Amino acid sequence: MPIEILMPALSPTMEEGTLAKWVKKEGDSVTAGDVIAEIETDKATMEVEAVDEGTIGKILVAEGSENVKVNTPIAMLLGEDEDASALDSASASAPAPAPAAKEEASAPESSAGPEAAPVYAQPVAPAPDDAQDPDIPEGTAMKTSTVREALRDAMAEEMRRDGDVFLMGEEVAEYQGAYKISQGLLDEFGPKRVIDTPITEHGFTGLGVGAAMAGLRPIVEFMTFNFAMQAIDQIINSAAKTLYMSGGQMGAPIVFRGANGAAARVGAQHSQDYASWYAHVPGLKVVQPWSAADAKGLLKAAIRDPNPVVFLENEILYGQSFEIPDMDDFVLPIGKAKIERKGSDVTLVSWGIGMTYATKAADELASQGISAEVVNMRSIRPLDIDTVIASVKKTGRLVTVEEAYPMCSVSSEIGFQVQQLAFDWLDAPILRVTGKDVPMPYAANLEKLALPTVAEVIDAVKAVTYTD
Amino acid sequence: MWGFSSEMRVMAATSRKTTGTRAKSTSRSRGGAAKASPAIIEFDKEQELAAYRHMLLIRRFEEKAGQLYGMGLIGGFCHLYIGQEAVVVGMRMASKDGDQMITGYRDHGHMLAMDMDPKGVMAELTGRRGGYSKGKGGSMHMFSKEKQFYGGHGIVGAQVSLGTGLGFANRYRENGAVAMTFFGDGASNQGQVYESFNMAQLWKLPVIYVIENNKYGMGTSVERASATTDLSQRGASFGIPGEQVDGMDVRAVMAASEKALEHCRTGKGPYILEMITYRYRGHSMSDPAKYRSKDEVQKMRTEHDPIEQVRKRLLDNEWASEDDLKAIDKKVREIVAESAEFAQNDPEPDASELYTDILL
Ligand SMILES: Cc1ncc(C[n+]2csc(CCOP(=O)(O)OP(=O)(O)O)c2C)c(N)n1
Ligand SMILES: [Mg+2]
Repeated sequence: MPIEILMPALSPTMEEGTLAKWVKKEGDSVTAGDVIAEIETDKATMEVEAVDEGTIGKILVAEGSENVKVNTPIAMLLGEDEDASALDSASASAPAPAPAAKEEASAPESSAGPEAAPVYAQPVAPAPDDAQDPDIPEGTAMKTSTVREALRDAMAEEMRRDGDVFLMGEEVAEYQGAYKISQGLLDEFGPKRVIDTPITEHGFTGLGVGAAMAGLRPIVEFMTFNFAMQAIDQIINSAAKTLYMSGGQMGAPIVFRGANGAAARVGAQHSQDYASWYAHVPGLKVVQPWSAADAKGLLKAAIRDPNPVVFLENEILYGQSFEIPDMDDFVLPIGKAKIERKGSDVTLVSWGIGMTYATKAADELASQGISAEVVNMRSIRPLDIDTVIASVKKTGRLVTVEEAYPMCSVSSEIGFQVQQLAFDWLDAPILRVTGKDVPMPYAANLEKLALPTVAEVIDAVKAVTYTD
Repeated sequence: MWGFSSEMRVMAATSRKTTGTRAKSTSRSRGGAAKASPAIIEFDKEQELAAYRHMLLIRRFEEKAGQLYGMGLIGGFCHLYIGQEAVVVGMRMASKDGDQMITGYRDHGHMLAMDMDPKGVMAELTGRRGGYSKGKGGSMHMFSKEKQFYGGHGIVGAQVSLGTGLGFANRYRENGAVAMTFFGDGASNQGQVYESFNMAQLWKLPVIYVIENNKYGMGTSVERASATTDLSQRGASFGIPGEQVDGMDVRAVMAASEKALEHCRTGKGPYILEMITYRYRGHSMSDPAKYRSKDEVQKMRTEHDPIEQVRKRLLDNEWASEDDLKAIDKKVREIVAESAEFAQNDPEPDASELYTDILL
C-alpha cells in the first residue's frame, strides 16, 4: 500500500498552513530525514521531512496552495516494490484525516458547573474522621518544653527511628543551628547525617529533592523562609509536582522547615509569612505550628509523611514554653485543627504566631462577657475546614487572625470556604485581622503598626457580635 | 525488544580483552589547560551492532514522534533528539545497571537507552493511559523508577541539582552507583549548576555531569550566550576534571564515559563530560531554526552522522551486509510502528485520574 503523506501540524496551535514549496518532485526517491516540502505557518516557514523510505508517487496538493488543513493528504509515497499502479487502488479509499485526539476529550463531569465546590487535593485515603490528638493515656505526665527543644527532640527521635532521615542546611551542624534548633544533633548522629551546606539554597534544595526522589528522607532547614525564595522552583516544580507527573511512580518524601514570618526589627526582606504561597500548590502539605506540642507532634508526622511538607516555624515562638505530654512517641495528624478553647459567641480561627493574638484576645473578651471559641488550624494544607464550619455553625460569627499580608492570604481562603459552606449560619460578615498591606518597616513604631494587635482582634469580634 | 542490560552483560564478558585502544584524538583542539582527550575504544562486531541498533531505534522513534506531532496526536512541546543519539547510547554502553540517568525535556532518547518500553514512552507523548506517567506528564515529564530514569524535567537546569541529589543518595547508601546528569549548553549557564558543582566536589559525590553541547540553546548559539565556550572546563574553579568528547562518535563517548564512571566509582567525586554534538531538527517541533545555515546542518548530517559512522564501519569490516542492516532497520521500524500503533489506540486516561497521584 502506498503511504499517505499528511499535512503536518508544526506548532502547538497550527490548524492549517500554506504548502509553499515542493522540494521533491513526483518520481524522486526519498529516505527518512530528507526534506520534501516547505510549509508556511502563521509564524514561520518550516521544512517537512520524510519519515519513510520510498518514491514520491503523486503530489496531491500543489505548491502555493493556501489554507491546507492539518492532516490532509498532500502526497503519496510508493514503497520499495510498488509502482504508480498502486496509486489507483489507494486513492479510491483515501481515508478522511484522522481526528485530533483532543477533540474527543471530554471534561470530567464532576468539574462541570460553575457552582460546583472546588476540589482540593487530599491524600488518596481520606484522613479518618476521628483523627484527633492521640489520646493521652491516663496519668501521662506533662512537661514544660520550649518550641525550640520540641523541634530538636522531634528530629532526634525520628533520626533514631529511621536511618534514611538526615538534616541539611546552613549552620545546622557545627554551629548547632543559626537559631540553635539542631543543638546536639551533630554529636549524636555525626556529619554524615547532620550536614552543613554552603550558602546555596537553590542548589541544596534541588539536591535534597533529588535525594528524596531516590528514597532518602531529607529534612532541609532554611535559615529562614525568606531565603527559600531562591529555591522555590525546586520546592514547587520538582518536589510538589513529580508524583503527579510520574503517574504516581515517584515523589519526594522531604521536609522543608525553618523560621517563617516576621522576627523583630529585621526589616522587609527578612519578615514575611509564606503560608499562602505554599498552600496554593497541590502536591504540598503545609504545616504551621504554634505550641511546643504542635511543633513536636507535627514535625514527627511531617518527617514520616511520604509527601513534601513545608513546615513553617516562627523565630519569636522558638523560646516560648508550653506544656507537652511526656510520651515516647507523640505524633499529631497533619490536616487536623485543634479547638484550643471552647466558646459560644464567636469563632476565632488562627495558626502559628497568630494564635498569640487570638488567645490573648479570647482571655480579654471573656472578662468582658464574650465567649470566644479558639481554633488552632495547625495545618494549612490540607485545611481542616470541617472543624471551622462546625464551630461557625455553633457561634454564627467568624474572625480570622494571621500576620501575613491580607491579599490572597490563608484568611481569604477560609473566608471564602465558610461563606460557601455555612452561609445560612452566619449572623455577621466574616472579618479578618492580618498584617498590613505594606513591606515590613524597620522603625519600632511602624513595625508595631504593621503587625496585627490584640486590640484589633477584640475590635473585630465586637464588630461581628454587634457589641461595643 | 532487546535490552541494554542483558546485551551489555554478555558483551562485557567478551569485549574488553579483544578491544585495544588507539590514542587517536577525537576532541576539538583547545589550548592551555585543556585535558588530554580520551582514546577511542575500538568496537568489536557485537558492540558496533548494538550501538547501531540502539541509535537507530532512537532515530526512528523520534522521526515517528515528529510525524505523530504533525498529525496532531502529540501536543504541546516536543523536543527531538535526532543527531545526538551517540551521546546517550555511548554513555549507556559504558554504565552498569543501577546507575541512574536524569535529564531535561529532550528526553526520549535517554528513556529508550534506559530500556524503557517504546510503547509506554510513545503513549505518554500522545497523552494516553498506557504512558509511563498515565498520560499526565507528557513529553517533558516522564520517569521510570524501575529503570533508574529520574526524568524528564521542564525547568532548564533543575535536573542538575536533582541529579546531584541522586549522587548524594548513592554516597549515603554506599551503593556504588553513579548518577549520570545530562543538561544542555544553554543550561550550563544556570546558577544552580555551579551550586551543584561545588557541593558535588566538596562531598565527592558520584555524579557525571554530561553537557550535551549541541551548539544552540533554542536560537542562541553558545558563542552568544557563554563568556567561555569550553564548557568542559566549567568545573575548573571547583577542581572538577572535565573533557570535551566527540559526541558524534559513539566509541569516543563510551571511552570517555568509562573513564568518568571509574573516577566516580573510586570515590574521587564528580566528572564533567562535554559532548560536542548537534541537533538536526529545530529546538522543538515549532522551531524553523532560522538561526543557522542549511549548509551547517547538511555538513553535520553528511560528514558526522553518528549512525552513518557505525554503519560504514560495519560494512567496511564486513561485519554486516547491506541485507543484514536492512533487516535491523526493518526490526526497528516494527518496534516503532508497534509503539505508534499502541499510542494511538490506547484510551485517554479516565477522567477520575484528574485527582489521583497528587498526594500519597
Ligand atoms: C528556567 C527556564 N528558563 C527558560 C526555559 C525555556 N527554554 C526551554 S529549552 C531552552 C533552551 C535550552 O537549551 P540547552 O540547554 O542548550 O538544551 P537543548 O535544548 O539544546 O537540548 C529554554 C530557554 C525553561 N524551560 N526553563
Ligand atoms: Mg543546546
